[in-house]
Parts: sequence; structure tokens; C-alpha cells
Amino acid sequence: MSETVVPNQTSAEVVASKSLLPQGWKADLGNLAGLDLTLAATELLRRTTSRLPQDVIDALVQGRDAEEEGSRAFNTLNDMVRNINLADDHVTPLCQDTGSIIFWVRHPFGMSQLATRKQLRAAVVEATKRSWLRPNCVESLSGKNSGNNMDPFHEHHPAIHFEEWDRPEIELSVMQKGGGSENVGAQYRLPDAALGAGRDIKGVRKCIIDAIVKAQGQGCSPGILGVAIGGDRVTSWERAKELVLRKLGTANPDPRMDVFEKELTRDLNTLGIGPMGYGGVTTVLGVSAEEMYRHPASFYVSIAYMCWSSRRGTLTLAADGQPSYDL
Amino acid sequence: MIRLTTPITEEQIRTLKVGDEVLLNGTVVLSRDMGHKFMKEQKPEWLKPILENMVIYHCGPVVKKNADGTWSFVAAGPTTSIREEPYQADVIETYKVRGVIGKGGMGKKTSEGLQKTGAVYLHATGGAGSLLAERVKRVVDVKMLEEFGSPEAFWIIEVEDFPLVVTMDSHGGSLHEIVAQASQDRAKALTS
Repeated sequence: MSETVVPNQTSAEVVASKSLLPQGWKADLGNLAGLDLTLAATELLRRTTSRLPQDVIDALVQGRDAEEEGSRAFNTLNDMVRNINLADDHVTPLCQDTGSIIFWVRHPFGMSQLATRKQLRAAVVEATKRSWLRPNCVESLSGKNSGNNMDPFHEHHPAIHFEEWDRPEIELSVMQKGGGSENVGAQYRLPDAALGAGRDIKGVRKCIIDAIVKAQGQGCSPGILGVAIGGDRVTSWERAKELVLRKLGTANPDPRMDVFEKELTRDLNTLGIGPMGYGGVTTVLGVSAEEMYRHPASFYVSIAYMCWSSRRGTLTLAADGQPSYDL
Repeated sequence: MIRLTTPITEEQIRTLKVGDEVLLNGTVVLSRDMGHKFMKEQKPEWLKPILENMVIYHCGPVVKKNADGTWSFVAAGPTTSIREEPYQADVIETYKVRGVIGKGGMGKKTSEGLQKTGAVYLHATGGAGSLLAERVKRVVDVKMLEEFGSPEAFWIIEVEDFPLVVTMDSHGGSLHEIVAQASQDRAKALTS
């Protein structure tokens, strides 16, 4: 398995030809109250479970080519690219851990959140039935699997974040967040005496380095980090996770954070953890950091760790109802 | 590249060293969190003939039921092994397991178990769900499917040329320990 694999994503035309949506399907945004997103959301899940965003593929290939040819790190990244080609070609899950399903819905005034929640839940049930998603929702204490990815009583899974905005279009993003990567995420409270981390950017950096060293290969490195600086325990975590949605290689709008991210990425890749913790120079693919406001007494640093198989995607319904998928 | 076929003897295991690349053939038994707790606490006898000299795989697959009632694996990469650290050494000893497949490596207690019984930890590429499912030739049987649910059940499968790396051997060697130590040293240098 040593020949260098070339990424071979199916073309947009082929992806569209396999779409669940009938050709020419459009949403009627003139009738927001009667909108049905079930099919369009199921199609989004079909794509996110089997296809990685191009920026992630590019970063993995770049990482592989930076490793010594024939090394375990090189071969592992090469197998990751091979896996990406296979999953896309077969329309099967990239990873058996199809993750917890997290949606973000941005919508104009007039769309029913209650109805949309039902539709998104129906989409997840359908995707599970089609073996695109593994049933990943179990009762905490008994471990009993609900079988269809639904949290039957509290409606906490799938997680759905709604935000009303002043634009005419609807944007639906989804992330499939695996359990292994979720488990190595970390939240710190500064100052942290054990780490010698104070309430400044140096302290933040120490937390992130500590989290990555603790994670080793467990979160399926090379990882993609979302880092929220500040907020409260909840808003900080929420923001950290959402930051993972940002495209790799895009500049941070905050120039200080942009410099911080680039330097940190370079430093983390000198830790020698490498892909899957085998050793190597590709420990992270990128970092997205954001400074938030905070209570004067609290200083949280939240680090969301996403595995290399960063399954995320967005469906945009334009004002005229035209759907477009970003993968 | 070393080819191994189950059942595996202790003698074969003792020749393996950290860094060896292995292609595994034969029978593999899937088990993860619920299965390991169950094996340690209840030590079911019926699993003994299934596991002796065989290989356990930490994996919760995506499965598909075919029209004829048989099962297929759609995606089947490894899950994080360290969660089984409290159970693994006992499971290896009780059931005379010769290999454990997973990702991320395991700790001291498991390493001691590997040395005592004569077993190895085999690392598979995490996230390579499609690639590894292709190497699963047949689902032979499944146990405790109703009780545990599909990600946690004991799936008994046949694999062909399943690509693995020995990252913990039966002589106390661990690639994970080496990488962890080096990265901790580097982190100290980066933050001093």
C-alpha cells in the first residue's frame, strides 16, 4: 500500500446525479412557514458522511508530502487519502464513527423552528436507516441504544442551533463530530498554576500545547482545532466547536489571531506526535482561534478537537429557493 | 510485511516487535466498551472458545442488513482503545487473546498483560472506515446484538490482509510511550 495516492473526488455533476433531490428542486422561501427541509437535509448528510471538504483533503495531502516517503506517517496519511477516495466513490461513511450530529440553522424571520427541528430529526432518522449514519445515541446509564439516532425525550440529539438573521436566504450547516475527537477536547481556566499559564496569550498557548500533548493520537490526528478564548463555560465551548466549521487556510479576520494561529500551527507540528500518534511532522492541520468577552473573574480557554476526517458541510438556499451544497 | 493468520500461537506473538507491519487474516472479534465491562465482570464461558488465540478489535461498525438476512460492514475503522484500559489485561488473560486491534495505544496495565499472556497491540488507521471495511470479507456471526446495540455487539468477522502496525509488543515495548515522552520534552522546550 505504498504508492502515492492522488485524491480523486467525484465531480460536482456526478455528486448531483446521485442526489436525493429531484432535478430542479427548489425551496419555496415565499412560504417560510410551510417549508420542508427534510430531503435537502438528508442529502446534506449523504454528502458530509462520505465526502470531505476540499480544503481538508488539500491539507492532508500537503501533510503527507511533508513527511518522509515510506515512513509510517507518510503511509498513514496516504491511507487516509485512499479512504477518502473510497468513501466518496461508494457513498459510504468515511468513518464508522459518524459522530454526534450538530446542525446550525441561520434563517430569516418567519421560518418555524419547531417544524424545522422535526424535519432535521426526520433527516437524521432516514440517513441512519440508509447506513449513512451509525446509531450513536445511547441512554447514558444503561448504555441502551435508541437505534435511530434520536434522543426520544429531551431532544438533545441531534443538536440544533438556530439563529435568525436579517438576510433572505437560509443556511444549514452540519458537523459530524466523532466521539474519539470529542473526548480529547479540553477546557482550561486561567490562571492555571500547574501549567504555569497566566491570563495572557502566552497562557492560552500553554493550554493548547498541553491539550495536544495529552491528546497524542487519540483524537485521530492530524487534528483541526477550534479555540475560544473567553466566554463562559457554555458559550466558550459552543464557539470553539463552531470555529471548526471555518475553512482551513482562510485568514482570521482578527490579524492578531491570524498570526497566533499560524505560529501555533507551526509549533504544534514540531511536537512529533504525527498522524495517529505514530510520530511525524503533521500533528495538526490548522487552528481557528477567536477572542470573546468574559466575566472579569473568569478566563476560559476551550479547545474543540476535530479529527482529520472533518466532516462538515453547508447547504445554502438562496432567496429564490435554489439549493447549493458546498461539497 | 508479516502475514499472520488466526488462530495465532504464543510463539508467533513473541517474535513480533514494535514497528512491525502486519497483514492479518482470519477471524477477528469486535468488542468495545460494553463488551469489555461485561467480559471483566461476568467472564462468560461461552466466549472462551470464540476468543482463544484470536484477536479482539476495538470497533463499532456501520452495518447493513442484506435482503437474505446476512450482514455487511459498511465502515469499520478502530475506536480509541484507552477506554478499555481498566479491563484489557484481565480480558487478555481470561480468554487467552493473542492480539488487540485499536487506535491510540494503551497504558501500563495492558502492556503488562501483553507481556504476561503473550499478546500484542495492533494499531489500525483511525478514520479509515471505508478502507478497512473493504478488508472484511464476511460477517460470520454476531452476539449480544439485542442487548448492546450494533456499535457495541460482539461481531465475529473474517478479514483478509487487514493492515496493522505492532505498536505495543509482548516484551514491554510501546511506540506510544516513546512518542508521548518525546512530545512532552518538546512541549517543555516550546513553553519555557
